[in-house]
Amino acid sequence: MSQITEEQVKHVALLSKLEFSEEEVSDFTATFGKIIDMVEMLDEVDTAGISFTMNVADNLNFMREDVAEEGVDRDKLMAAVPEKQDGFIKVPAMLSDGGDA
Amino acid sequence: MSYNNKTIKELHQLLLNKELSVVELTQSVLTDIEKREPVIDAFLSVNIDAALSQAAAIDARGVNPEVLTDGISIGVKDNIVTEGLETTAASKILGGWIPPYNATVADKLAENGLITIGKLNMDEFAMGGSGENSSVKPTKNAWNQTKVPGGSSSGSAASVASGEVRLSLGSDTGGSIRQPAAFNGIVGLKPTYGRVSRFGLIAFASSLDQIGPLTPTVEENAQLLNVISGFDKNDGTSSNIAVPDFTSKIGQDIKGMKIALPREYFGEGIDEKVKEQILAAAKHLEKLGAIVEEVSLPHSKYGVAVYYIIASSEASSNLQRFDGIRYGYRAQDINNLEELYVKSRSEGFGPEVQRRIMLGTFSLSAGSYDKHFKKAGQVRTLIINDFAKVFENYDLILGPTAPTPAWDLGARIDDPIAMYLADLLTIPVNLAGLPGISIPAGFVDGLPVGMQLIGKRYDEETIYQVASAFEATTDFHKHLPVIFGGTK
Repeated sequence: MSQITEEQVKHVALLSKLEFSEEEVSDFTATFGKIIDMVEMLDEVDTAGISFTMNVADNLNFMREDVAEEGVDRDKLMAAVPEKQDGFIKVPAMLSDGGDA
Repeated sequence: MSYNNKTIKELHQLLLNKELSVVELTQSVLTDIEKREPVIDAFLSVNIDAALSQAAAIDARGVNPEVLTDGISIGVKDNIVTEGLETTAASKILGGWIPPYNATVADKLAENGLITIGKLNMDEFAMGGSGENSSVKPTKNAWNQTKVPGGSSSGSAASVASGEVRLSLGSDTGGSIRQPAAFNGIVGLKPTYGRVSRFGLIAFASSLDQIGPLTPTVEENAQLLNVISGFDKNDGTSSNIAVPDFTSKIGQDIKGMKIALPREYFGEGIDEKVKEQILAAAKHLEKLGAIVEEVSLPHSKYGVAVYYIIASSEASSNLQRFDGIRYGYRAQDINNLEELYVKSRSEGFGPEVQRRIMLGTFSLSAGSYDKHFKKAGQVRTLIINDFAKVFENYDLILGPTAPTPAWDLGARIDDPIAMYLADLLTIPVNLAGLPGISIPAGFVDGLPVGMQLIGKRYDEETIYQVASAFEATTDFHKHLPVIFGGTK
């Protein structure tokens, strides 16, 4: 059995930029533990000396000519921004009570 | 008048002969959708005005006799970015997003005269095997509306199977085209990794994702793959291997073709009745002249575990971009930047997506990386080696697409592991980057059963050859669900 604790779940949530209520943390810990148990069946496979597969593509990072191309129109991109001001993306302050950024 | 029982070849002929205009055809598709949508729920948006004006433009210039798909309608999974058409991946976090650009496949559809009639429902961010993880609504199975349509390309499969639209695009990361195709009794292919550009496919797990076609028949599937394949400078993993005509071997006999039956694909966890149907299908191919032999893929049972680590790890990284800043959902009443990220993501992502992000972050975190992520990448190598060994002596691998037929809506929603195991037979194909198809091969209790054929890398032609030989000599694809005018 895996030893996933509520503390670990809270730590992973912090890294994931997600938050859960106390009740959700408790439910999540139980489900998460079962998933971890399932994936830990891999422990029984002997992988000594076996290479690691990250990708199965023929090409990775091929180069293209360094020629400027027109990108997506700025106004089109800005149209999707939830909050903006004077042509800039508006975000809250880094720190609480830091006023308007 | 509905034309949904006509193949695209037949439709092309009607359009060329002027027995039908593109506007009339498009209107008939819109009517087919309008009639069925209240019970199927396959579409997230229908593109009525733009579709009709595109149709009128094609009528005005004339249908190109050289372009088979000119003026034909297609449904597109909602994780494929379409300029000017809302694209959400069925997630609240992308609600209302109108993309400023097209996915490469969307450009290719337009270049080939295909009309994007609407965007199709799916499990949120393609995470799920039942269609129930859509943040909007669950799609229903075309054969029985109390059953799941499969996922994640739930709308792509149900829309084609119910006669709403003839062609659709889906995406397949661990079985998301093949499994819903099987559950709905249609043809769905996951191409070789690198065959189709992923540019503009909202990324889930980049080393596994591929876009592919879903259609009622094998030939139409190959014809649609012809449209979407090819090298793309915008996708560093797309292949520059030449694209053949994927229909080229359709109609050729399969005498002497060597087909492998992995014993693991007929073992534990596979429904007895499904097994019977697929073994009968293998016997049928033998009668057509194929040589069918049992083989072993010893590491296939680890596929699900490997997949959930690798796919979730890649997802946790890919989904970092959804932070409430530049597009999509932004939480309100926020005090600082950190809170904006956390609240936007926690309110915007559904439970399954959050579960995968958590699992991925955990797998990649200090102390877990070697034990989980690295281990999974090594076992992935062993799974790839298993396939390579079999393909030294065989042309194709045959098995069921899914361990069971479609289950009841709601039946597995609280049991993620039961849901994950539904992908047992499709996942290894993504891990190895191979092409795989699901085609109709039987029925169990009135629900379709899919047969999976797995090919060598870049050998979709042989898959289509054998699939079409099977289709040409069986009736399974001719049975239609009641909603499509069938009697079953």
